[in-house]
Amino acid sequence: MASKATVSPNVDLAKARQHTRRERWQSFRRVMTQNKAAMAGAIIIAAYFLIMLVAPVLAPYDPFEISLEDKLTPPSADHWMGTDDKGRDILSRILYGSRLSIGVGVASVAFGAFFGIILGLIAGYYGKWVDTIVSRLLDVMLAFPGILLALAIISALGPGLVNVTIAVGVFSIPLFARIVRGSTMEVKQLEYIDAIRTLGANDFTIIVKHIFPNVLSPIIVQGSMRLATAILSAAGLSFLGLGAQPPSPEWGAMLANGRDFLFSAPYMAIFPGMMISVLVLGFNLFGDGLRDALDPKLKK
Amino acid sequence: MEPEVVLQVKNLKTYFTTSKGTAKAVDGVDFTLHKGETLGIVGESGCGKSMTSLSLLRLIPSPPGKIVDGEILLNNKDIVTMKEDELRKVRGNQISMIFQEPMTSLNPIIPVGEQIAETVRLHQRLSRKAAWQKAVDLLELVGLPSPEKRAKQEPFQLSGGMRQRVMIAMALACTPEVLIADEPTTALDVTIQAQILELMKDLQKQIGMSIIFITHDLGVVSEVCDQVAVMYAGQVVEHRSARDLFNSPLHPYTQGLLASLPKIHENQEELQTIEGAVPSPYDYPAGCRFADRCQHARAICRAEAPVLEAVGGTESKVRCFMYTEKWETAAEEEEVLCP
Amino acid sequence: MFLFIVKRLVQIVPVILGVTLVVFLIMQMVPGDPAAILAGEGASQETIEQYREDLGLNRPVLQQYVSYVGNVFQGDLGNSLKNKQPVLDEIMLRLPITMELAFYSILITIVLGLGAGIISAVKPYSIRDVSVMVIALLGISLPSFWLGLLLMYVFSVKLHWLPVAGWDGPLNIILPAVTLGLGGAAIVARMTRSSMLDVIGQDYIRTARAKGLKEHFVIYKHALRNALIPVITVVGLQFGSLLGGTVLIESVFAINGLGRMIVDAIRTRDLPMVQGGVLVASLVFVFVNLLVDVLYRAVNKRIDLN
Ligand SMILES: Nc1ncnc2c1ncn2[C@@H]1O[C@H](COP(=O)(O)OP(=O)(O)OP(=O)(O)O)[C@@H](O)[C@H]1O
Ligand SMILES: [Mg+2]
Repeated sequence: MASKATVSPNVDLAKARQHTRRERWQSFRRVMTQNKAAMAGAIIIAAYFLIMLVAPVLAPYDPFEISLEDKLTPPSADHWMGTDDKGRDILSRILYGSRLSIGVGVASVAFGAFFGIILGLIAGYYGKWVDTIVSRLLDVMLAFPGILLALAIISALGPGLVNVTIAVGVFSIPLFARIVRGSTMEVKQLEYIDAIRTLGANDFTIIVKHIFPNVLSPIIVQGSMRLATAILSAAGLSFLGLGAQPPSPEWGAMLANGRDFLFSAPYMAIFPGMMISVLVLGFNLFGDGLRDALDPKLKK
Repeated sequence: MEPEVVLQVKNLKTYFTTSKGTAKAVDGVDFTLHKGETLGIVGESGCGKSMTSLSLLRLIPSPPGKIVDGEILLNNKDIVTMKEDELRKVRGNQISMIFQEPMTSLNPIIPVGEQIAETVRLHQRLSRKAAWQKAVDLLELVGLPSPEKRAKQEPFQLSGGMRQRVMIAMALACTPEVLIADEPTTALDVTIQAQILELMKDLQKQIGMSIIFITHDLGVVSEVCDQVAVMYAGQVVEHRSARDLFNSPLHPYTQGLLASLPKIHENQEELQTIEGAVPSPYDYPAGCRFADRCQHARAICRAEAPVLEAVGGTESKVRCFMYTEKWETAAEEEEVLCP
Repeated sequence: MFLFIVKRLVQIVPVILGVTLVVFLIMQMVPGDPAAILAGEGASQETIEQYREDLGLNRPVLQQYVSYVGNVFQGDLGNSLKNKQPVLDEIMLRLPITMELAFYSILITIVLGLGAGIISAVKPYSIRDVSVMVIALLGISLPSFWLGLLLMYVFSVKLHWLPVAGWDGPLNIILPAVTLGLGGAAIVARMTRSSMLDVIGQDYIRTARAKGLKEHFVIYKHALRNALIPVITVVGLQFGSLLGGTVLIESVFAINGLGRMIVDAIRTRDLPMVQGGVLVASLVFVFVNLLVDVLYRAVNKRIDLN
């Protein structure tokens, strides 16, 4: 009985739970803007998207124009990043290539997220045998080491950037599906979902309007991290000659081309790789920051 | 005849520097612990009890925490300024601790006997085998059934009560002079609580150690403590013998605490609670920290900070202007206190 | 423990069947007539029909799959379209090379990753920690195939310390293994650090300090062993990306391993070879994961109860 004297219960805790969505957004913004690394990541990403948009304006030369008398010139005032074995301006190619390299990454993650989220929502919401089937399917997809699933898909569909997008996208599906499935199972058990159901909402409304918004933040974190890997994988496949084909200025393909001139013209390999690295770094920085900001477990 | 002083804490200040500012978790704590005595430290959640006890062994997580001022005198040696290796000889040997959470306070992947034996070997020159035997003996001493078998088990195989017994066995391994128990029974069932308290009292008699008993359960305090220090907002506001404190609480905060205790003989409809909120450790008011919640507060309480002083030649100490000469001359507060 | 292993073995059966199904479907997904593809370019209609008959390609798909699985379990992965030799023979030549590369790489991943992670966690937010974490962040951001080229340029082309490419001596292993291991090391380092920091904040570490243990013991006896438990899983997963990464690294350094075999086979549309390579690599990964599971279980007996 005496334990009643345990002095007043913690009121703040109850208040903390009543965070409205807007407060959450504000606190999220505060954490993100205070996190210098995340800001740096955001700036890098923004810069790349800008490059992507205005590439034609920025590019000093035609990225495809061959001029053999200018071939393999080292970086100079005329050609900031030098020229390649066909005399094409590397800077111009890199600027144009941003559209391909970033585009493939974004598209493949969108592809993977779309199917992954649907699978995850369905498995998490319906549970039972539906969940069993979906989970086994995901297990199988995850049983392929690294980019081997993507290789298998490309071997069937044939090389090319579109197929690389699909292949890398398929590889993302299980990652999204797992996260969404877990979060859905948690959210599903909340009382208010029951309440809504008794009010007569159908499964579709519940999933789309009530469960999906609640599982959004882990999806966003995963998406940002996944973009980094997707861009790496897609560039890797093009590097192997399975994605973008010459004369495409895709960065991975440029890198593969540069490999053959590593002795005489290392800048051919250095610049495209640097572009990929910095972009991926940006996504990783941003993803780390997002995770810290959105994952309440990690908050101090 | 006054028993000798084992531990004396003077003006202890432990601050936490965070992005939100400086949290003065412990802000000028004073108390004295005599040989063989049990001192209770009570107070609301967040008033700094745990941080005070952790400071005694310099176990404050740092960063962000730091002892910024004060002395902790163990047999007249200051722990605050002690060298690391000297400090390690105090830890677990002269002063040991039991924590609130028996579930998480033991290493999950090391057999409990080994965790006790490790402490023994650390402070006493004993062989591996002798230390293990001592661990088993200690487990028996704290009343763990089949101690030999249990010693080989890992914490997950033990219940919460058993784990707390293991913690006690570990704390007593080197017959410390001071045992600090930070809410040792809060996480346990009521019946187990009683058993553990009983065990601690028993062992204290056998070993003759002093105990600092931290709790916010006043019922437990009245059962086991000789002396009580009441903490509020990082400071001790009242420090007296338990009997005096329960008979005639001096500080208005203590009075409030006792009034919120359910009384067995009276059929109270509802328990009294103290109105208002604890001030934030990041921003304490200039005067008395309890003034905003105090029904007796006068202007002086907000203007000046009271000090912890003996009341009229007794052993009892209190941090309140009501028991000083200033009180009579202080003007009644004009403004109406907020409800 | 024995029961656990048996249970896990039973559990991976459907996964293995799923993997064979996916690999089997590669052939079905290819546009065009499988028999014509298998017979090779320019084969006469007769030869194509012969192939269809011999390989049972005229049977229902399900039946074909069943016989495919049957063949796989008997070690028959089909014949290469190029030299008509059994795929398995070629794989047996290539696999040891890739496994050797993977072994040294994972060694680098583990040793470097753990070391860096511990160094970071022991003094969080110190200059040492920040620099290690910046390097780790770079490690996960640099494309391995680019890093490989850079290392090759510096150590082989410029300094002449190491051979440029190939797989003829122990010196050849260094660059590819480092390239492949670094990315994983970065991930393991990040994981180790956060796991260590998590553990160091636990109550039982405070208990260990309260006993009077030296900080050294607190970290290595009490913290590290607990912190390693979640890292084991990460290392297991890392082995997967590493196996996948051999595809790229073997191409960079011209190593005739399994990965390069698969890529070459895709280029020359030697489908049975692709199927066999992907299947074997995946099976290796599945079994390594099983091993990791058993290990995880062995160090973390608490799962017994749950
Ligand atoms: N890591 C930290 N960072 C910032 N402030 C801290 C930290 N740890 C503790 N504090 C501050 O110390 C104050 C006192 O905490 P302490 O744990 O000592 O309270 P307590 O009296 O033991 O409460 P309880 O009864 O809940 O155990 C808290 O109010 C908090 O503001
Ligand atoms: Mg406490």
